[in-house]
Amino acid sequence: MALDKKSLESRPIYMDYNATTPMDPRVLEAMMPYFTEKFGNAASRNHLYGWEAEEAVEKAREQVAKAIGADAKEIIFTSGATESDNIALKGAVEMYAEKGNHIITLLTEHKAVLDTCRRLEREGKATVTYLAPKQDGIVDLEQLEAAITDKTIMVAIMMANNEIGVIQPMAQIGEICRKHGVLFFTDAVQAVGKVPVDVNAMKIDVLAISGHKVYGPKGIGALYVRRKNPRVKLAGIIDGGGQERGMRSGTLNVPGIVGLGKALEIAIEEMPSEIKRLTYLRDKLKDGVMSQLEDCYINGSMESRLPGNLNISYAYVEGEGLLMGLKGLAVSSGSACTSASLEPSHVLKALGVGDELAHSSIRYGLGRFTTEEEVDYAIQITVEAVNRLREMSPLYEMAKAGIDLKTVQWNHH
Amino acid sequence: MAYSQKVIDHYNNPRNVGSLDTKDESVGTGLVGAPECGDVMKLQIKVNEKTGVIEDAKFKTFGCGSAIASSSLATEMLKGKTIEEASSIKNTQIVQELNLPPVKIHCSVLAEDAIKAAIEDFKKKQAAKREKAQEALANA
Repeated sequence: MALDKKSLESRPIYMDYNATTPMDPRVLEAMMPYFTEKFGNAASRNHLYGWEAEEAVEKAREQVAKAIGADAKEIIFTSGATESDNIALKGAVEMYAEKGNHIITLLTEHKAVLDTCRRLEREGKATVTYLAPKQDGIVDLEQLEAAITDKTIMVAIMMANNEIGVIQPMAQIGEICRKHGVLFFTDAVQAVGKVPVDVNAMKIDVLAISGHKVYGPKGIGALYVRRKNPRVKLAGIIDGGGQERGMRSGTLNVPGIVGLGKALEIAIEEMPSEIKRLTYLRDKLKDGVMSQLEDCYINGSMESRLPGNLNISYAYVEGEGLLMGLKGLAVSSGSACTSASLEPSHVLKALGVGDELAHSSIRYGLGRFTTEEEVDYAIQITVEAVNRLREMSPLYEMAKAGIDLKTVQWNHH
Repeated sequence: MAYSQKVIDHYNNPRNVGSLDTKDESVGTGLVGAPECGDVMKLQIKVNEKTGVIEDAKFKTFGCGSAIASSSLATEMLKGKTIEEASSIKNTQIVQELNLPPVKIHCSVLAEDAIKAAIEDFKKKQAAKREKAQEALANA
């Protein structure tokens, strides 16, 4: 199934699938009736409108559960992964206060996890250990185990990173958590529907899902909460009608839920062929730029990585300046020149990538509608833009003249 | 973020990209910013030592589109000005000319700093040259 290419012709090629994905037309089709004729409230128990809405929600719950090897009863629907992350952390801290208040997480987590942890610390509700990953972005398992104390209630480690696509050793983390009786929560937004996820094999207790990263709609997400061995309880953070086993009050977003279910059903069905196709395209992109440009550095492990993700630093050119040269391509940069802080990506910094290389990074996200032709174009314009900007770069000139940029006394602004 | 037409123009057709001989006594070089901050500008002026008029200006910049445009514009503004006139160039003129949004004002500040650093370097070189000449005279 292809998007309407004609209407997209004058627009840049979309290569930012880690940020969001277009909705698959098949998903939209499945959702349509639930906006209009089948508009019922899934909580209405007394008439057809409520029943058909509830039936659709339960079907979607099955689809979501199946995508991660869970039981439908273990899925609750939320407004998105940010909310799911908030419920997982805040809900656990409240529910397990008697056991302890210590959380372990990674410095490379998404802001929805990091900022929630910081708030919990600020409010005196939790103490948090932020582990630095190894240089390839993968958690150091010995360090993780050593960080667990008798006060630890939860380990929060994302399955696949949104910037560098690095996939964590889930089963091993799950094993460590289970051994110490600590809950294992993972933000699996980038992984679900892209690579195999099994909550039992990986011993995951709580898992966050987003709709719009898997060709579903925005504004819908889910949270897997284990019901057996162990039975996990999370306090809700939104009070109201007590929907979703009391963990998430609020009228269910029926069309969104139907869309999420359908999106995951498609993603699981097409996963084996998509993994092959995207790995091929991603490697072609990587080899294409790296064979034509010197001094490029891949950020994060290439061995344990999402098929469609590539994150490269092009030394001597600044990311935002480079994005402007890649105007035919919608990609993103780990450089944050637009923000007042001028702080580059916290993920790249946590990997120990120097600030100057973090400012030079480009993230390419390939996905379902990416074609080989588009990858060829991306290679061509990346090489052209990097070469042009290097000719304009004082750093490139200095490096070529044999000056070690690290020995230069820069006047910091 | 959308860039102004003028920024895009300078980015696509940067004026005066290049380098002048740093050892030339009539050349002043300013190198400001730092790679870890995401901006480095090298701005150079070639000054007529008799008239004090800037005859040529070149730049190289590592930075975002606005930083490249600010330094490109700065070289245009410098050419034909005397050292004194050039010293009074303010970053606000660059902001105005390029329609820079608030988050990009630091790019214009960096360009002003680069101008000042280049002028200072030129003056230093000239002072050293005079000193050398006086020494030579005293020794003669």
